[in-house]
Amino acid sequence: MSADRSEISWLRHHRIDLALHRLSEGSEPGARPLLLLHGLGERTPEQVPAGVDWHGPVFGLDFTGHGRSTVPVGGGYTSEILVGDVDAALEHLGQVTILGRGLGAYVALLVAAARPAQVVGAVLTDGPGLVGGGVHPGSPSVPYPAPDSLPVPDPFALLELALNVRPPDYAQTYVRFVVERSGLERPIIVAAVVRPEWLDAVASEPGVGEDDVATALGYFSRHAETA
Amino acid sequence: MTDTELHLSDDELAATRFPGARRPDRRRTVDAAGAAISVVEWGDPDAPPLAIAHGGFDFAETLDVFAPMLADEGWRVVSWDQRGHGDSAWTHLYSWDADLRDAAAVIASLPPEPLPFIGHSKGGSLMMHLANMAPHRVSALVNLDGLPSGGTMTDVSDHERVRRLRDEMDAWLAHRRRLIDKQRRPGTLDELAERRGRMNPRLDLDWLRYLVTVGAARDEEGWRWKLDPTMRMGGFGPWRPEWSMSRLPGIGAPVMGVLGLELEVMGWGTRPEHVLPFLPAGARLEGLEGVGHFVHIEQPRVVADLVLEFLS
Repeated sequence: MSADRSEISWLRHHRIDLALHRLSEGSEPGARPLLLLHGLGERTPEQVPAGVDWHGPVFGLDFTGHGRSTVPVGGGYTSEILVGDVDAALEHLGQVTILGRGLGAYVALLVAAARPAQVVGAVLTDGPGLVGGGVHPGSPSVPYPAPDSLPVPDPFALLELALNVRPPDYAQTYVRFVVERSGLERPIIVAAVVRPEWLDAVASEPGVGEDDVATALGYFSRHAETA
Repeated sequence: MTDTELHLSDDELAATRFPGARRPDRRRTVDAAGAAISVVEWGDPDAPPLAIAHGGFDFAETLDVFAPMLADEGWRVVSWDQRGHGDSAWTHLYSWDADLRDAAAVIASLPPEPLPFIGHSKGGSLMMHLANMAPHRVSALVNLDGLPSGGTMTDVSDHERVRRLRDEMDAWLAHRRRLIDKQRRPGTLDELAERRGRMNPRLDLDWLRYLVTVGAARDEEGWRWKLDPTMRMGGFGPWRPEWSMSRLPGIGAPVMGVLGLELEVMGWGTRPEHVLPFLPAGARLEGLEGVGHFVHIEQPRVVADLVLEFLS
């Protein structure tokens, strides 16, 4: 796939300006786009990553506090608020397939559940922030970044989202939302090697497939008309 | 034009007075990692401090009757508007961790000796969490109807629970899409008091009218609550009430819990039997019959006396 430099569309999520990068037109520019969601502390790559083969356009969204998107003042991150980021992208793009890395994989699951008519398949793969903060809160603490932290990615995002709790039954509930309302036989495909408890629970649910990224994307690209 | 430049009607001026209410003696701002947090104080600045955290959708000046009762007995009463509430900054994001960090910044602005933590509703859970996190800063903990309990959750089917979560998520996303440039709806002083009364049906109308004069700002279109329009009841996330209660048994400082036993919309409906198994040794629990969730507003004298006696 070509290594296009991205064009940016600016989207608004409440007080945040979000950068949506167009990485490639693909061989079928009118086809359903693939939306890349990066991992914790990452940003949208400058080009379509190796191993990602998609016939339609490929976009990537910089989450709040990451890449070119607004860095908020004073933290306050949750995975759930990032669902609102992706929802702004869905409002702009319409129907998409999502490939989420790490934190982006977890958010992809929540978004697929929230917008089943618009998310035609989600592939969950390894990346920073995949594990999260465990299945229940740990000893209480108030995280502060080091004073000399770089401003981007937002050090509060790195701290708070790394501690974000992910109970397995909570994640499973979202899988059930997706399966119940999706037209696909396998609307979620787990491609991650690392399996934190939430992802193990997701993978064990009916309607969730397990495959490598290339096969998973091939499956969703073939099922365009069934969704 | 702001409310300081607008002429208040006689009726509005009358609403600025409520029996026993006294506005804070001092105001200052604490910088909490960039978020400007408005701090208010009542009482002698050299008196021993205690810190009070307000509940969700409230603001520090909801303590305008209760706090002076403590200040008049020799305490420096310190409270603050949580981010997005009252006179504190509207921020990009809101979360439990952010509220904790803001609270910790306010506590850090006080002398280093341990001090009493008091909190109502969400503020009670917040202070319980802080007491657990920073036991070296707390000398006593008073929780005013802020003990969420898994035992109070209605027994619903798995199917129903899932449906509610999905409905909540749909509503939350619809709310987020409508937020850009959203302002709070303006109204007359009485309209805002009436709206607030829907959340606080047991509270006196004159009190609600007073709250408008301290918790809302008036412009040419009318009064608007200062609360960030982003704020919305509900939301979705993994949080479970038992996570909050699980902080209680580990508190080493003396603890007093006060429960309002009348059920109402803003409360958790927690009963003494839900709390007793979690009370640390020597802790005290007071259940107030005929009193709702806003125990310190419905019965400020009773609750202030309980607190003063406990802290003595």
